[in-house]
Amino acid sequence: MIDYDKLLNPVIMGIKPSGIRRFFDIANEMEDVISLSVGEPDFHTPWHIREAGIESLEKGRTRYTPNRGFSQLRKEVSGFLSRHYGVEYEPDTQVLITVGGSEAIDLCVRSLVTPGDEVLIPEPSFVCYVPITQMAGGVPVTIETGPENGFKLTAEQLEAHMTPRTKLLIMPYPNNPTGAVMGREDLEEIAAVVERHDLLVLSDEIYAALTYTEEGHVTFSSLPGMKERTVIVNGFSKAHSMTGWRLGYAAGPREIISPMVKLHQFAIMSAPTTSQYAAIEALKNGDDDMAYMRGQYDMRRRLIVDGLNEIGLKCFEPKGAFYVFPSVKSTGLTSADFCERLIYEKHVAVVPGDAFGPCGQGFVRISYCYSVKHITEALSRMGDFIREL
Amino acid sequence: MAKEQILELLQEDAKLSAKQLSVMLGEDAGAVEGAIKQYEKDGVIKGYHALINWERAETQRAAALIELRVSPQKDTGFDEIAGRIMNFPEVESVYLMSGGYDLAVTVVGRSMQDVAMFVQKRLAPIEGVLSTATHFVLTRYKDGGVIFNNDYEETDERGSNLCD
Repeated sequence: MIDYDKLLNPVIMGIKPSGIRRFFDIANEMEDVISLSVGEPDFHTPWHIREAGIESLEKGRTRYTPNRGFSQLRKEVSGFLSRHYGVEYEPDTQVLITVGGSEAIDLCVRSLVTPGDEVLIPEPSFVCYVPITQMAGGVPVTIETGPENGFKLTAEQLEAHMTPRTKLLIMPYPNNPTGAVMGREDLEEIAAVVERHDLLVLSDEIYAALTYTEEGHVTFSSLPGMKERTVIVNGFSKAHSMTGWRLGYAAGPREIISPMVKLHQFAIMSAPTTSQYAAIEALKNGDDDMAYMRGQYDMRRRLIVDGLNEIGLKCFEPKGAFYVFPSVKSTGLTSADFCERLIYEKHVAVVPGDAFGPCGQGFVRISYCYSVKHITEALSRMGDFIREL
Repeated sequence: MAKEQILELLQEDAKLSAKQLSVMLGEDAGAVEGAIKQYEKDGVIKGYHALINWERAETQRAAALIELRVSPQKDTGFDEIAGRIMNFPEVESVYLMSGGYDLAVTVVGRSMQDVAMFVQKRLAPIEGVLSTATHFVLTRYKDGGVIFNNDYEETDERGSNLCD
């Protein structure tokens, strides 16, 4: 008998599984569940993008691409970042096409973090940063953000967590699950601390295209002095409704991108070829679709924020991504109890806030990548739920 | 306010209230209500209908698209004849078409025979109607932008994937 427990890597064995698996199992077994729980667009990939993928298949273009991704795609990425966010990246040396934004995050952390290095992670946030840091031998240092600051990271909080071992700051904005964004002024404060402590920054901007402020999304690397310290991660999943194509990218200093390419070529070889053809089309001719989808999300966002406030779930106004993060503290229930009772009693599925870090306790994540009709029905059921508590 | 957005949203779902529309568009509720009233007054919004899948309602019903070739009248062109046709309550829509025929008329009755009788007795004899070609609707797959056939209705295949 092999004792696997003794053989497996204790670091991966020590990573806690997500506590909400059980909760999703309940949702899957139930009929007529209205879910507001998923984190991917409801829009199909626009047809012209799908067509570009199909055409590449018809022509038999099914081989590996260069490790970094097609040169034409890297040029388009570079053009996209320049056109939308005013940052310039050299396509040949400063851009890497990855399998989703997630791979880019993993590559970046593994390229930078050595055992004992501390990685600062604002929470609540996407669930991958802590385990990826742990797998790299780094020490995740989480920073609690809260509604009093609109779930933004402040310079004071950042300073308070600084130690001589701090190496990397992860900036997860626009934020999943809170919908918080950080504007130029907010970021300037952070940049000053980054500069002072000589930090590197991994800016996960996968939701950049879904920013609803007048200022629009501000890329961290666009701040003075930050480009040489920052790797930005973005992708096609959210902006172009291309989740299943698994395509993202990283842009940063060539000195950091280069080891990332090394890791990428050993683990992945090259990102999916069909997806890369589709992505070229997305960047060339997809700006209108992107604007359309953002407009639709924006309407739903207003509708759901208004609806939640009306039924008594206090909701800070999210300005990015496609999530709202209302407090359920007024109900006296924990996040998990709230979600469990809501799904049992009213068949509405939302995600407990503490799945995104302990400080998410007392909140729930509600996604609005659903039709207006679906959202309206869910809100009405939630209203009944609150009244009957 | 982008007023056309009100029209687009209502075309998709006429049951949205002025309050909901105003929230979605980030506008004053009164202004949205005023705009809708004005649209109704100006005849831009012509009505609010339910989109009914009659096949599902198990009601006897037959519909046909009838292609009419007509000779246009002096001065009034196709208008006069279209005006006569659209007055029949059986007629659901009348379009003037480009191409191989002139008027496309959709007619609804209780049975195919009903519709056929209507064409024979009412439409064909109208002065100026040169010919009719009746095409019965067999199945409505999609109407008014909505998919009717269950087999084609989309299911949400997105999973509850926490790592999103």
